[in-house]
Amino acid sequence: MGVGIEVSNLNAWYGTTHTLQDINLNIPANHATALIGPSGCGKSTFVRCLNRMHETNPIARATGTIKIGDLDIYKDAKPVEIRRRVGMVFQRPNPFPTMSIYDNVIAGLKLNGYSNRRVLDEIVERSLKNSALWDEVKDDLKKKSGASLSGGQQQRLCIARALAVDPEVLLMDEPASALDPVSTSKIEDLIFQLKTQYTIVIVTHNMQQAARVAEKTGFFLNGRMVEFDSTHKIFTNPSDKRTEDYITGRFG
Amino acid sequence: MDGVATGLAILSTALVVVPLVAIFIYLIIKGASSLSINFFTQIPKPVGEEGGGMANAIVGSGILLGIGSLIGIPIGIAGGIFLAEFGRGGKLANAIRFTADVLNGVPSIVMGIAIYSLIVVPTHTFSGYSGGVALGIMMIPTVCRTTEEMLLMVPHAVREAALALGVPNWRSVLSITLKTASPGVITGCMLAFARVAGETAPLIFTAFGNSNWTVNPNEAMAALPLQIYVYALSPYDEWHKLAWAGSLVLIVLIVAAVSLVRYVTSRGVLKGAS
Repeated sequence: MGVGIEVSNLNAWYGTTHTLQDINLNIPANHATALIGPSGCGKSTFVRCLNRMHETNPIARATGTIKIGDLDIYKDAKPVEIRRRVGMVFQRPNPFPTMSIYDNVIAGLKLNGYSNRRVLDEIVERSLKNSALWDEVKDDLKKKSGASLSGGQQQRLCIARALAVDPEVLLMDEPASALDPVSTSKIEDLIFQLKTQYTIVIVTHNMQQAARVAEKTGFFLNGRMVEFDSTHKIFTNPSDKRTEDYITGRFG
Repeated sequence: MDGVATGLAILSTALVVVPLVAIFIYLIIKGASSLSINFFTQIPKPVGEEGGGMANAIVGSGILLGIGSLIGIPIGIAGGIFLAEFGRGGKLANAIRFTADVLNGVPSIVMGIAIYSLIVVPTHTFSGYSGGVALGIMMIPTVCRTTEEMLLMVPHAVREAALALGVPNWRSVLSITLKTASPGVITGCMLAFARVAGETAPLIFTAFGNSNWTVNPNEAMAALPLQIYVYALSPYDEWHKLAWAGSLVLIVLIVAAVSLVRYVTSRGVLKGAS
């Protein structure tokens, strides 16, 4: 089951650039939350703070409090533990090129020392079914490399890989921006199904996409969160002038 | 213009391939006639006696290269991993990189003399071990720098994918980054191996050569390049022929070893993997 996320006073820097300033928001459990905003507004940095990937860059740092469920992720846990609970899907599909489809799915489990063959078989099947890829690859699981799939299939493979470690939260950083419209709509259908089991945070450039998949939407601009509300309200009756300008296409 | 460029490319390729093929053909003409079963089964015979072979030198080269690889490949790969993944941009990494580059430029005869004074003098004996150490140290810089280069070519996205799954960094480096880079790393190891396989100078003061049969690395040990060197400088026609045959065998063995490793490591690569 998914858990809620509480962010308070989050600030983040890359070197001397203050990329996130005083972010406060509550992301509800078992819903999809979309983050929109122009390039460079800090929305990607924000999701990377949620699984502490932000700090893998040596010049990056962050302050503030993020609670995922009951866990204060900057205080109570190591980054590796958090990343097992908070899965991530990146903008460009990044399957492990030397691994088969099967090994890609269980990479997270295997690299953490899990090796029960029968359980792994079940997890592979369940994760690939959850990511709507099973029917397309079930005959080639161990024969084909993850890199031999099409872009859209690779991205669903990456989703399966993230689901296999059984996270509570799934972060998606523009998961469909490198994909064609058919693959994009498959990913969106998937988000619809997945949000019953996971808390989903999706960064997107595509406002129609946010409107289609998310219950809540946050608008970021210049490192600040301008507005956070129900998606319907953001797109029909935003409270802030800047949000209105952005969604009506006056800039960005 | 395209035609000119293609022509130049073909010409350059020919210039690369022609000397190699020419050497190989010349070796076959000069050496093949002296090759026989005896060459692979017998040890050298005294001057004047018919026949004799280089069995001891072939096995000796194998042992020396084995010891060398056991030293040079792990240290080189570990160094490359440090340079690419952990020490990036640090002072220690820069110092190590500089040292590796200097080590690469050290003349091989100097390496032989250094190992002579470090191992042969204290142990009071020429030995296979000392020769293997000399070859191993010569392999380190090539293995180290190619490993570093190949690891740096692994896309950042692949590392991020592993970290985002909650895989500890060290595990991700060994199981993901190094594995992704492994075809290039193996090529680097093979380059280093092939280069030292033909080295004579570092062995003159260390393995020394031995005209008797031995597989004991504590004793002076024969090696193909050493044997070729001694035979080629001798005044005897019979030995000159054996030197040609030895050269041919050395090249064929190096090509065979490199091809075998490539074949073995390329199996198990999946369809569509880059």
